[in-house]
Amino acid sequence: MDKFLQLTVTGLTNGAIFALVALGFVLIYKASDVINFAQGDFLLFGAYMTFGMVAQVGIPWPIGVALTLVFAVLLGLVVERFILRPLIGEPIISVIMVTIGLSSLLQAFINGVWGITGRPFPPFIPSENVNIGGAVVPADRIVAIILAGILLLVFTLFFRYSRQGIGMRAVADDQQAALSMGISVKGIFAIAWSIAAVTAAVAGVLVANIVGVSGVVATIGLRVFPVVILGGLDSIPGAILGGIIIGLLESYTGGYIGGGLSQVIPFIVLILILMVKPYGLFGEERIERV
Amino acid sequence: MESGVFHTTYEADIALRRTPLMRLRLVLAIVFLLVFPFLADGYQLTLANQAGIAAIGAIGLNILTGFTGQISLGQGAFMAVGAYSSGLLAARLGLPWWLTIPIACTVTAGVGAIFGIPSLRLKGLYLAIATLAAQQIIEWLITHWRWLTGGVEALVVPAPMLFGERVGTNFRFYWVILFFATLTTIFAVNLFRTRVGRAFIAIRDQDIAAEVMGVDVFRYKLLAFATSSFFVGLSGALLAQWRGIVNYERFTFETSIFYLAVIIIGGLGSVSGSIYGAIFMTLLPAVLSNAGRAVGGSIPALAGILPFIQQGVFGATIILFLIFEPQGLAKIWRNIKDYFRLWPFSY
Repeated sequence: MDKFLQLTVTGLTNGAIFALVALGFVLIYKASDVINFAQGDFLLFGAYMTFGMVAQVGIPWPIGVALTLVFAVLLGLVVERFILRPLIGEPIISVIMVTIGLSSLLQAFINGVWGITGRPFPPFIPSENVNIGGAVVPADRIVAIILAGILLLVFTLFFRYSRQGIGMRAVADDQQAALSMGISVKGIFAIAWSIAAVTAAVAGVLVANIVGVSGVVATIGLRVFPVVILGGLDSIPGAILGGIIIGLLESYTGGYIGGGLSQVIPFIVLILILMVKPYGLFGEERIERV
Repeated sequence: MESGVFHTTYEADIALRRTPLMRLRLVLAIVFLLVFPFLADGYQLTLANQAGIAAIGAIGLNILTGFTGQISLGQGAFMAVGAYSSGLLAARLGLPWWLTIPIACTVTAGVGAIFGIPSLRLKGLYLAIATLAAQQIIEWLITHWRWLTGGVEALVVPAPMLFGERVGTNFRFYWVILFFATLTTIFAVNLFRTRVGRAFIAIRDQDIAAEVMGVDVFRYKLLAFATSSFFVGLSGALLAQWRGIVNYERFTFETSIFYLAVIIIGGLGSVSGSIYGAIFMTLLPAVLSNAGRAVGGSIPALAGILPFIQQGVFGATIILFLIFEPQGLAKIWRNIKDYFRLWPFSY
């Protein structure tokens, strides 16, 4: 039973981080029908920015993290304006490839500046073990869950009540109708990208705190695909639930079956979901019979 | 004075080489390819072999992605299937290398068709993600089926022999690659003049219209996956036999991206574009590292970040091509030709 509890808690924390990264994916996809293959590198960017400012320059960590978020917003805006906007209306493959090119550019930049050797993350998030009903959990995992929960709540409220959030939903629903209601579609795209970059930066800090500052942080970008497909590419509740399900699944397979199966099981699930229910648990279905 | 190319017979219009100049260029290209290995040094031959293998793989991917419109992020995995099939058949069963190559191609075509099944229900982005899953699953199988593939350790392929002579040297294998690349090119160019090839293009342009016209969309999609994988497997098998060693690290997601970059930079839906792209993307890192070495003497710090410069240039090239010339090198070449054909009155 202890093992089960332990695995559950581990799965939930991983799931919370998955959900956070998936949120960035979903935001961008919802607003602009773009899948961002550079999401993992946005995480890397956040992790290295915080690392550079806190551990290398020596800025106190709250300011360092705040500055990272500012840089993340700038990154999102620059990427949207100069790379994605010229490709509006181009075929899907162009859009996929441009984000892949961006991924390689960002990675080259980060590796060029900081090198490829992994380093420890500045320990400003407490990491001593906490005992919860028999399961031993490092405190940073709990911080991750709480932070992810807060961010997800903020975004849900943002979409429901704020002007920009409602505008974003309108754009996702019908770009032409949104334009005719006076919503700036380009402005919405810009907001979507900067929010996605911010969530990625936060997730990057959380992941780097757990695994250290290295290229490993970026691999989560690919591991999140099963999450968004399971939840539905354009559904925020789907991203959360999908993140938790995949997190638990990885944790249970890793714990009970082992043999490295936990790395591949999400992708097997992905294929199965795509065959049975391609638009995921909560995704909007677009029915075509060809 | 010429004002454009206009044909007066159907034969002239459907010919592959339509103008005397095109035929002349083809002859020049053939002469160059035949003379090149005698003039080139070992390094240049290595690059040429790499480019040839990349061209075969790129033509394969272009059949699927450029002509049929099915995005595949699983190229690396399909190449791995070809390379491991060829390598394992030669190493474990002792089959001659020239026999393992067609078997490897067929096996890859089969695997490609299996992973093409999701295309029955999926298209666009979702299909791309399904092929990404294929990539991850095949990669995982290769590293975990140790009894078959040797896992993360490299598989050593016995040296390919022909009439008692080793074929694996750069110079000799150049001819092998040239032979297969020529066959692949001729097949691909002619494929799109047949019913099947036209059906592929119809599916890319409008799948619903294609279905209405009587194209069995699912069947042709699977056929596209199989045909494409056949050539991708060929490039993998050639790579295995040439290098004499198969390692999963050559066939990761990065490989898939490399090939997508090749066909985007070369030109989607263009056989000649695949070849230009393969040459361009093979030479680009080589030129960069040579330039880096030349400058490296005066700026020592450059040597350390050279790999990252290569990676950055790779990414930047993709982005710049997509923004400024989405139809790639094939289109640039066409523009240059058109400019000079109508020169000096180019409007």
